Amino acid sequence: MSGPFRAHWTEPVSERGRGLRHVEHAMGTVFSFDIRDTPTAAIESALRDAVAWLHHVDRVFSTFRPDSVISRLARGETGCDDCSSEVREVLDLCTHAGRATGGWFSHKPDGTLDPSGLVKGWAVERAWQILRQAGAHNICVNGGGDLQLSGESAPGVPWSIGIAHPQRPGELCTIVTGHDLAIATSGTAERGTHILDPYTGAPADGPASITVVGHRLTMTDAYATAAFAMGGRVRNWLEHLDGYEGFAVLRDGRSWRTRGFPSTESRRAG
Amino acid sequence: MRRAVLTTVSTSTLILLLLTLKPHHSAGPADGTARSGVAPAATSAGTPRRGSGPANGTYTGAPIDTRYGTVQVEAIVRAGRLTAVKVLRSPSENGHDREIASYALPRLTQEALNVQSAHIDAVSGASYTSAGYVRSLQSALDRAGV
Repeated sequence: MSGPFRAHWTEPVSERGRGLRHVEHAMGTVFSFDIRDTPTAAIESALRDAVAWLHHVDRVFSTFRPDSVISRLARGETGCDDCSSEVREVLDLCTHAGRATGGWFSHKPDGTLDPSGLVKGWAVERAWQILRQAGAHNICVNGGGDLQLSGESAPGVPWSIGIAHPQRPGELCTIVTGHDLAIATSGTAERGTHILDPYTGAPADGPASITVVGHRLTMTDAYATAAFAMGGRVRNWLEHLDGYEGFAVLRDGRSWRTRGFPSTESRRAG
Repeated sequence: MRRAVLTTVSTSTLILLLLTLKPHHSAGPADGTARSGVAPAATSAGTPRRGSGPANGTYTGAPIDTRYGTVQVEAIVRAGRLTAVKVLRSPSENGHDREIASYALPRLTQEALNVQSAHIDAVSGASYTSAGYVRSLQSALDRAGV
């Protein structure tokens, strides 16, 4: 480990004649920045800031780091009153997400403080804002499969995002196209169920995967986590959730989508 | 520290796909640490090719240490496109690691190859990161200059 700027690459996308890409390993996953604007000094500087921001979030919020603020809060060694404004902001957002989902989002899923279900989306959204404030418009920030997008992938061409099929490796189950979107997918990973039902503490028995599309990733990501935990209730809940759309793949292979889901038809990759 | 340009859209899409796979539940923040003391640019020792036509050949990626063991892959490139990925080393410390590797690495390879032609910018999905695979493949592609 040699600090936050190890193991990355940042390159202009020479084929397109514009743009900037960057990949960063942080928070136990991989973040990619795909900026399709002509790079300026301000955008390049903002990209460095955005990367530093991700490592900062990891230091403060990681539940894997015993010395993080969240770990110390969870052990009761410090109280919320002593926390920074960003920690209070995240905890407030978690509380909001819990209320908005009828308790299906929880930052204490097994009784221990763990805001991870919201932090990554929040961190990605903030990183995207850092780039926007520097004058970039056409941006895709991807945090381990959860994305915040704006603008377009090329002049006149919307972003096109594949949703990985939860049961058929290498296949996409649908493609989402759009200009200003947040996309988050929750599901069972290879190691088995990783989302807990906050009411029972047991692994959630929902669809194979749920994709939620909204405008900003913080709540979109939290809603995707909650939606996965809801099981059979989720379709009706998403259909009535203003500003968000959903797509689910069921365990028997069938799928459904809310009426406004911004996708093209299902298709197979390759 | 700068690394080689990924000059083709297809390869960029591939890398984006690989990098969008989600972490498994127990992944810690420092998963996929590079072999100690070897910076990424140094591990891809070949001279990156830029704008010199399609790459052909077999390119060996750097061995990448993860908390589950070392991952190393080889990229086979024809006419500037990735056509195959061979896993040279994968975690094998215990049965569970082998089980994960035997499932995840073929899956990553298949996704890498399939999505090259899907004409998408990125992928959302609930898979897990195999950061070592990604970085070893990245270094192989750097050598290939694709």
